[in-house]
Amino acid sequence: MSSRDAILAAVRANQPAPAPAIPAIPLFERTSRSFLDEFRENLTSMGGKLAPALDAGGLDAWLRAQFPDAAVICSATPEVRGTRPLDSGAPPAELADVDVGVVRAAFGVAETGSVWLSEKELQVNALAYLAQHLVILLDPTRIVGNLHQAYRDPRFNTARYAVLVTGPSATADIEGVLIHGAQGVRSLTVAMIPLG
Amino acid sequence: MKPIDHAEASSHFIEAKAHLEFHDRRLWDLRVKRDRQAHNIPEWEELRNLASAIKEHTLSHLGDYLEEFEAKAKSNGAQVHWARDASEHNQIVHDILSAHGAKTLVKSKSMLTEECDMRPFLETRGVKVIETDLGERIQQLDDEPPSHIVVPAVHKLRGDVSDVFARTIGSEPGNNDPHYLAEAMRRDTRPYFLGAEAGMTGANFAIAETGSFVVCTNEGNADLSANVPKLHIACIGIEKIIPKFEHLAVFIRMLSRSALGSPITQYTSHFRAPRPGTELHIVLVDNGRSQRLGMKDFWYSLKCIRCGACMNTCPVYRRSGGLSYGATYSGPIGIIIDPAFDIRKYSNLPYASTLNGSCTNVCPVKINIHDQIYKWRQVMAERNQLPLVKKEAIRIIGKVLSDPRLYRAAISATGLAIEHLPRFAIYNWLNPWGRQREVPEAPKRSFRSWYLENRRRQ
Repeated sequence: MSSRDAILAAVRANQPAPAPAIPAIPLFERTSRSFLDEFRENLTSMGGKLAPALDAGGLDAWLRAQFPDAAVICSATPEVRGTRPLDSGAPPAELADVDVGVVRAAFGVAETGSVWLSEKELQVNALAYLAQHLVILLDPTRIVGNLHQAYRDPRFNTARYAVLVTGPSATADIEGVLIHGAQGVRSLTVAMIPLG
Repeated sequence: MKPIDHAEASSHFIEAKAHLEFHDRRLWDLRVKRDRQAHNIPEWEELRNLASAIKEHTLSHLGDYLEEFEAKAKSNGAQVHWARDASEHNQIVHDILSAHGAKTLVKSKSMLTEECDMRPFLETRGVKVIETDLGERIQQLDDEPPSHIVVPAVHKLRGDVSDVFARTIGSEPGNNDPHYLAEAMRRDTRPYFLGAEAGMTGANFAIAETGSFVVCTNEGNADLSANVPKLHIACIGIEKIIPKFEHLAVFIRMLSRSALGSPITQYTSHFRAPRPGTELHIVLVDNGRSQRLGMKDFWYSLKCIRCGACMNTCPVYRRSGGLSYGATYSGPIGIIIDPAFDIRKYSNLPYASTLNGSCTNVCPVKINIHDQIYKWRQVMAERNQLPLVKKEAIRIIGKVLSDPRLYRAAISATGLAIEHLPRFAIYNWLNPWGRQREVPEAPKRSFRSWYLENRRRQ
């Protein structure tokens, strides 16, 4: 018998009497606060930053001022040109020298301060991890209330890779001291820029 | 094999005062942060009920959900392997690596690969394995297992980490700054991320309906391990399956809140299909889980989502450290999982608990942990796994408690005894209770003698 069949047979022989069907999962919607305010508060509590109010035209100048030493800026979104075009066919390791990555999120989640990205938004998934800093554009009207709403998004069923990013790479593995930039990006900034 | 002596091992942990105090404080701090998060969510208890119902439903239909997951994963372009036990798992992983000529494997933290003792298996076969979670890497470099399922090096102080790094990755000796040490690790690891032929992750959840699996990290190291090399291997215990994405929401809302007191991990990553031009291999691992599923009292432990909240709240765990359990899983959840792997080796672990029930109260999936600890004690007694001293003591106590006359005689003698017996009668090797404890002052008289006298007066 193959291991597959042996495991499935053992599971079926041993699994307990059928437990009841799962009740419907409520959406637990609340409307007492603005999603935007809640998103901002949770993002910053997770170590993320918020860019000041900008329009798409001011982005390049703001990036330059924010990251004056950045030699390589790679953008996966048309609002920012960057210093080097992103080649989705090249090996991801070639992004090792990127100082700043720029990407537009599909939506945000107020409850956690997270943004949703997939291979479509990132073009090269590793951009969000190999870059030293990450800037994420988000349309402030595209924020859902909580994770129940987020996980109803049908794009989870079609994306090869999807990630909820909430602040920069972080660790507290040495004496509980919070450190940003453990393995991935050292900083994460969200700029609220409506879709053009 | 000699059973693990948790009490003996923890006595060494307790001797290191600074470590003990930090460990206790740090984990209690996580518990306090967890409470703050839970209290901010009005539906928290409803979420716990839902989480428990989802897991119990799925585990009782696990065969069907596993087949559904496999079919979807295959249609997504992933390759699915099945491993009955640890050695088959390790062999499968090695075969995949060999077929790709992979010599270096970057991996994120996985308790399953710890359980399978995979690292030494691969390393003796010429594969360099790099743990990329900071805490797990510290433990790898120090040649120690993780002491906690979420914060693997929580028992170490900054000076310990500095010593390990100076010895192994060439950091500046004596530089104990956590920022410097984390940066040293980042710089040491990055070339491996860029050059490794293969990456490995575990999985926190697997979704039957879509064939996806989900990995939660704060460092983004799972995303680097999976998104840079051309080969991604994911090792998944068969109990990780849940039916749909809408169910995932319930768990993600509670996982990091229970573990670390943050609303979510920095990265919650969902893998469904390989990147174009790369391979994704999924290894579904049983290793005793199907057998545990058939244990009437103990199958509930398979609901566990490995948040570690029960460990953070446990007074015994906080003051004895994870390594003293001598097992892959420590703390309250370890106590109820480990004996299912090896009843003799872990026969003492069910006694590393005060049965206070706090573990059960914080568990996000409502596992009756302290009930199961108690039930494991019964199993140990029935299977004759009690150490002789404990067995004799319990026999005598049982006799005294079942006979009122003997009991009264013992009580009046105890008061006298505590006052007059030399200290060695209580503080000796036969009575581990006496270690780190002082006997409270005994009341001058028993309740019974007071009651008899006062009733007579009325």
